[in-house]
Amino acid sequence: MATATEEKKRGALTHPDVTSFGQVNRDILKILSRPGRGWWALFAVALAGVGLFFGSWFYQIMNGVGVSGLMSPVGWGVYITTFVFWVGIAHSGTLISAILFLFRAPWRQSIYRAAEAMTVFAVMTAGLFPLIHLGRVWHGYWLIPYPNSRFLWPNFRSPLLWDVFAVTTYFTVSAVFFYLGTIPDVAAARDQATGWRRRLYQVVSMGWRGTDREWHHFGKAYIFLAAFATPLVLSVHSVVSWDFAMSIVPGWHATIFAPYFVAGAIFSGVAMVVTLIVPLRKIFKLEAYLTIRHFDAMAKLILLTSLIVLYAYLTEFFMSWYSGEEIERSMFWNRLFGDYWWASWTMLTCNGLIPLMLWFRRVRHSIPALFVITLFINIGMWFERYVIIVTSLSHEYEPFAWGMYRPSLTEMGILAGSFGWFFFWFLIFTRILPPVAIAELKEVLPAPFRGSGRGEGVS
Amino acid sequence: MSGTNQGILASFDYLDSAAGAIEALRKAGFGKRSITAYAPVPEHDLEHAMGYHQSPVRVFALVGALTGTATGFALAIFTSMDWPLVTGGKPIVSIPAFVVIAFELTILFGALSTVIGLFINMRLPHLRPLVIYDPEFSAGRFGVYVAAAPERIGEARRILSSMGPTELREDPEGVAHA
Repeated sequence: MATATEEKKRGALTHPDVTSFGQVNRDILKILSRPGRGWWALFAVALAGVGLFFGSWFYQIMNGVGVSGLMSPVGWGVYITTFVFWVGIAHSGTLISAILFLFRAPWRQSIYRAAEAMTVFAVMTAGLFPLIHLGRVWHGYWLIPYPNSRFLWPNFRSPLLWDVFAVTTYFTVSAVFFYLGTIPDVAAARDQATGWRRRLYQVVSMGWRGTDREWHHFGKAYIFLAAFATPLVLSVHSVVSWDFAMSIVPGWHATIFAPYFVAGAIFSGVAMVVTLIVPLRKIFKLEAYLTIRHFDAMAKLILLTSLIVLYAYLTEFFMSWYSGEEIERSMFWNRLFGDYWWASWTMLTCNGLIPLMLWFRRVRHSIPALFVITLFINIGMWFERYVIIVTSLSHEYEPFAWGMYRPSLTEMGILAGSFGWFFFWFLIFTRILPPVAIAELKEVLPAPFRGSGRGEGVS
Repeated sequence: MSGTNQGILASFDYLDSAAGAIEALRKAGFGKRSITAYAPVPEHDLEHAMGYHQSPVRVFALVGALTGTATGFALAIFTSMDWPLVTGGKPIVSIPAFVVIAFELTILFGALSTVIGLFINMRLPHLRPLVIYDPEFSAGRFGVYVAAAPERIGEARRILSSMGPTELREDPEGVAHA
């Protein structure tokens, strides 16, 4: 654990070009001014995606879930794959905001706001997929335990219901954590804004003034919330993994699933953070705030989690061979060389091999290279879930019950549209809330002292 | 507090000036409740000068978390007993399975109760216009506000101006508002 002074020293090293408190406000709040043409173009694309998403979903609601490719024996397909994908993406936001906060990593400050926003929007996207998968979405509320006329309660022994509790808790807690962190920054935005923005920020910041009382309780509550969020983030993807591992489907029934899924989630999430932050840095000219050191630190995190994920893949293959269990062996052989060989090899290449390039400092320090690598990881992690879900279900115990699954156009429309839905919220976020945490960034800058000549005060 | 008080708000460019002003005020006998410090960041120096220790928010966190654990187990056990249906050959009250529910509700209730405790202790939301405030406090300045009886306000002004403030503002209403 670093002391406060040490942290400031390291923070100053991470952002050598940011010197004064006033400069942070000027640079970050500038982003909230009128959006340029590029933003509107991206927003139009995102809106089209939202249209595709809800259009496809509406089509499925009107025509029934038969318009998807889901068919016995493969009852879980693109929808569940994409659900797990988006929940996984969410995880790194909480990792960066809560776990690295507890570890006092000085490089998290300028990233964590965008990462947390990503978490909230990713869970908002993920949460729709079980509802889409339900088919009869109007019965979705049956998942909630409430006294009803049927005198029935949900089955608390089912991992699917654990998932309902885990994901709703995760959404609530991460949204609250995100909101709380923005309060001092929204107050800073309020103090410079005019018109409707000022009124909006006044309400959102709840009248924050930065008094000693506010900061004192805020700091303490933030630590408690981080301490609550840390086990939560580990539990959520464990619970998601138990949706699979608690069944007896070959390829799913493994004790390694919980840590394997958590590592994969953080891996995919950090990759997504890099994918989002590279254009953010470029468009909003945040080079002084998101430095090479940040990217280096994130690349190391990606490398670490990639190695864990690769290890988990190899363990799965090893265990299926070593167990001597014929059905498991045949299942994993089928994974590599069966009908879905292309999906498995995409997964292994994107998640296991390509990230190995991050051993080289030159790659970690090249932002275009990182951007491309993380795009591959995003693709690879989607395929990982596809491989786990579809290859296992298509190749269970009895050969006469094997079958193929082919995603339909509706499913592809919903998958592609979900990115539009996610970016729709993320783009709005970059214009309404300061995308870099102003107050927390100042915490790692040297405070202005009269005596020592460090810092320069407000100009 | 009574409306017969007056107040002074001083803005400082430097953290040590603000912390020094608070220490000097407290040494001169101005109570902790009559002083308010403003800062753009949480500063140990200011907290130290104000003499803070533990925050009662931790009680909210603990009570919320324990309530969540109890609620989780109670909900799962009660609903299973209310309609006893054996699934998968498992006992009606399957504690290991219910641990997951209890765990998630522990986190949910704990986090929400922490937030409620935080707002109660911060005395927010405070949506009336900010009278005793300087927009620079959210940018880079530090502020010290002191409320005092009219006969002591001169002394407070003297202490504050000895620390070299950028700006001194009188507040005729003088409420200890923090």
